[in-house]
Amino acid sequence: MLNLYTRRRIVNAIGLAVSVLAMAFGLFWLCWILWTLLKHGLPALAPVVFTQMTPPPGSDGGLLNAIAGSLAMTLVGTLIGTPIGILAGTYLAEFGQRGWLAPITRFINDVLLSAPSIVIGLFVYEVYVVHVKHFSGWAGALALAIIVIPIVIRTTENMLRLVPSTLREAAAALGAPQWKIINFVTLRAARAGIITGVMLAIARISGETAPLLFTALNNQFWSSNMDQPMANLPVVIFQFAMSPYEDWQKLAWAGALLITFSVLTLNILARVLFRQKTASH
Amino acid sequence: MNAENTSSPKIIVRDLSFYYGNFRALKDINLNIAEKMVTAFIGPSGCGKSTLLRTFNRMYQLYPKQRATGEVLLDGENILDKKQDLNTLRAKVGMVFQKPTPFPMSIYDNISFGVKLYESLSRHDMDERVEWALRKAALWTEVKDKLKQSGTGLSGGQQQRLCIARAIAVKPQVLLLDEPTSALDPISTAHIEKLIDELKEDFTIVIVTHNMQQAARVSDYTAYMYLGDLIEFGDTSVVFTNPKRKETEDYITGRFG
Repeated sequence: MLNLYTRRRIVNAIGLAVSVLAMAFGLFWLCWILWTLLKHGLPALAPVVFTQMTPPPGSDGGLLNAIAGSLAMTLVGTLIGTPIGILAGTYLAEFGQRGWLAPITRFINDVLLSAPSIVIGLFVYEVYVVHVKHFSGWAGALALAIIVIPIVIRTTENMLRLVPSTLREAAAALGAPQWKIINFVTLRAARAGIITGVMLAIARISGETAPLLFTALNNQFWSSNMDQPMANLPVVIFQFAMSPYEDWQKLAWAGALLITFSVLTLNILARVLFRQKTASH
Repeated sequence: MNAENTSSPKIIVRDLSFYYGNFRALKDINLNIAEKMVTAFIGPSGCGKSTLLRTFNRMYQLYPKQRATGEVLLDGENILDKKQDLNTLRAKVGMVFQKPTPFPMSIYDNISFGVKLYESLSRHDMDERVEWALRKAALWTEVKDKLKQSGTGLSGGQQQRLCIARAIAVKPQVLLLDEPTSALDPISTAHIEKLIDELKEDFTIVIVTHNMQQAARVSDYTAYMYLGDLIEFGDTSVVFTNPKRKETEDYITGRFG
């Protein structure tokens, strides 16, 4: 019979070993993915990637039009989705205690949050692309906005709920009307968290392929017209990686590396920002 | 109970009952709050003392399932009346909470936020008002050089004095203090108690406290509550030295609660 202290130490050691193993298992794949990406992507990441358009097979070229298209559609998608998301999230958190509308909205939002992105792409195809009869950057941005909205709604609501109710009471006790309490006190207190949510939403849509496949499609040339089919990194990667041409495959690796690192950067930024803001409270 | 001990009542509570859903948290409360005096509500947790305080500015209105019946007369007007405008009421009745609640904005804006709701002052007048409020709250010398800094960066005791400054900047007539020192260290507590003593020159103060010594130190009148009933109400010196009711005596001597 072991004494209690030794037993606790053994149990602790086993628990620790199992946790470390589980973590190592997860990290192993992540590192492998990053390693493969760096191995193939870094050699392909030449300056021309940022200065030239996507080439026809067999000739030199870059990803400039795809990078620009991705940036444009991500920007427009975020600009459309963020205000709607913040407003709806504010409604759910600040007015959602009474009535039937809020629980239903919350439920639908949860469904939307986990909807496969290809379904959203098909939806925009059906309600927009089919009617205007051509693929376009607007359609792509719209599909991305529909992905942004539920993410921003969810984080806004959660962040506003973290604001202590005593802060709301304090503002109400001064006689402030509800719109002032929300605008000047609670939204401000939750600002860092809400911005973090928006950044995570941007990170999410910057790698989405499926919703763009049916909406923005692709464009081999430079296009600054959002009403035309638009090049974008995910679809270019998809198309080039599936191709038999070696220089296309190289560009696909470069594009994959670019997306991964911008998403990684956004995620790290979001975390740093959130930690700084919450630490100062 | 005995309501005749206050010469000029600022607030008169008549047959006040309060409900959280179906739960009756206050049972036919009757008492008078004397003008420019400090009245303390004491009693064990859950006795209804904070609930009673929160009817004086209708704080409960934020929550759908809470309601009050009876009358609370402020200068003769029933503030529980549905026609009572909440913003006007809260301009007259300020409140400070248990935990310091500085708004996420600068020290200056924390104070001007409430003032702007009722008055449009020139830049200069607002500066004066902010200084006046901070001086009243004994915080001016500590923050006068960092008015633009965030209010959340102050220490707990300073934050609580900022909240007091914010409440009095609106120039209310009544100040409700809901356990204002229970989250503070002894030195900050002493600061605030001294402040309460000075503030009663200008304001009618009602304080809820868990700390009986504090009630004895700062208040002129004390109400002892238990399970939603007002057990005893009277001069603080009498309640603490010669209580009429056995329950009050048990509580203040520490035999119970």
